[in-house]
Amino acid sequence: MTRRVEIIEPGPLTLVQDLGRVGHLAVGVGRSGAADVGAYLLGGRLLGNVRGVAALEVTFGGLRLRASGDLLACLTGAHAPARVGGRPVPHAAPFAIRDGQELALGMPSSGLRTYVSFRGGLAMPGVLGSLASDTMSGLGPEPLRAGQTLEIGRSTEGFPHVDVAAVPPPSGGPVELAVLPGPRRDWFARPEALAQTPWCVSGRSDRKGIRLDGDPIERHTRWSDAELPSEGMVRGAIQVPPNGQPVLFLNDHPVTGGYPVIGVVRTADVDRAAQLQPGQQVRFRWEQR
Amino acid sequence: MPDPSAPAPPLRLLPMGDAALLVETNGIDAVLALAEALAPLAHAGTGIWADVDDLVPAARTLLVVARPTTDLDELGRVIVDAARTASVGAATSGQRLVEIPVVYDGPDLAEVGALTGLAPDEVVAAHTGADWRVGFGGFAPGFAYLVGGDPRLTVARRAEPRTRVPAGSVGLAGEFSGIYPRESPGGWQLIGTTHVVLWDADRQPPALLAPGTTVRFVEARR
Repeated sequence: MTRRVEIIEPGPLTLVQDLGRVGHLAVGVGRSGAADVGAYLLGGRLLGNVRGVAALEVTFGGLRLRASGDLLACLTGAHAPARVGGRPVPHAAPFAIRDGQELALGMPSSGLRTYVSFRGGLAMPGVLGSLASDTMSGLGPEPLRAGQTLEIGRSTEGFPHVDVAAVPPPSGGPVELAVLPGPRRDWFARPEALAQTPWCVSGRSDRKGIRLDGDPIERHTRWSDAELPSEGMVRGAIQVPPNGQPVLFLNDHPVTGGYPVIGVVRTADVDRAAQLQPGQQVRFRWEQR
Repeated sequence: MPDPSAPAPPLRLLPMGDAALLVETNGIDAVLALAEALAPLAHAGTGIWADVDDLVPAARTLLVVARPTTDLDELGRVIVDAARTASVGAATSGQRLVEIPVVYDGPDLAEVGALTGLAPDEVVAAHTGADWRVGFGGFAPGFAYLVGGDPRLTVARRAEPRTRVPAGSVGLAGEFSGIYPRESPGGWQLIGTTHVVLWDADRQPPALLAPGTTVRFVEARR
């Protein structure tokens, strides 16, 4: 019998994600994929899934779904209080959802994105080798809607030797991120200013980028009116538009961009950035590669 | 084959985090020459090239995307080495030629005429008269910035972008020409329409136009 989940309520935004699309940037297709890659991979690992099978990325909790068939699931990323059949279930440890039972996620007190992985992964037709929902290009599955059913796949390996991971929850307080010099650091009058003032995560942030509010970063007079020809962008790049308010690119960032990149957040720290809630404070720390 | 008399492009390696390098050179021809020199190495994936997942050409730069574990100093050295075999302006043998039939009925044809001082049929003749080349993509899946066309067709974008440009619209902006792969907002000056499908995720490869492809516009009757 095919096992499925039926989406009762998707919450503010629930997307299908995996490791994304690799090798298509030159034709305008970004990587997309799970924004907190570490949390997403942990879920699959704890369930003994084949690396890279698709899971659900739930933004701000609120997801409710019903199992059709007995399922094994795991929650990683933002700690959203969760219940199955009304009873609390653990974080970062596999748990069962029996046929007909309901999984309900509350709102995370800290962190933004919770990953709901199922043993066997989600089975859907992919685009360019991935099931990732790319909110920039529109490739991949649409955001989930109430009433939709998703098929559970069979992409499993043996179970791992641990079944619970002691991971600290994403911080709800000020977060410090390591940043490496970007290609256009010299376009700014005082690039060190990026690391000298706190930044506040704007509510207009999404999977394309985290918008940061704070003291504007000024351009060097030499470059004040210069236009940068578009150039390739990466996840973690901090682009500074003329208004001086930085944008930290996440997984669905534009493939190319025309504003100077002052710095690039270390890959390991982009995962933490992806868990920042609107209103949360961020500081940067300059490092050398 | 690279032409030994053609110069290798000047390079500047710029930092782009712990998993990529941005290679800056002096123009789109040099970028394409560089991409052409590096693509076979990235494709073969020998040694450090196994780490290179993507090459992203843009107007003056080529982004080389590797992994956080990659030794970027070594990658920089092998890029500089490989770039020596690149030659700007060398004959690009075996490059694909794609013909695009266009009905020149765009709403901005008259405006482009006014901006360029050409009659509408002269705009069409200029657009179809010289071959274009795909410089780079990046705006949407399958969209290609076409370069190397008739310089008389250089026009500013529309002062007010349209909220809705139909798929298949053929436009001009700056030195570029381009075709909208799907309906989207846009500020390009629209001179015509094509029925050619630029992007089809179920086709192999999905994008009709990849960097380096030669594009020839052909006037079609409606």
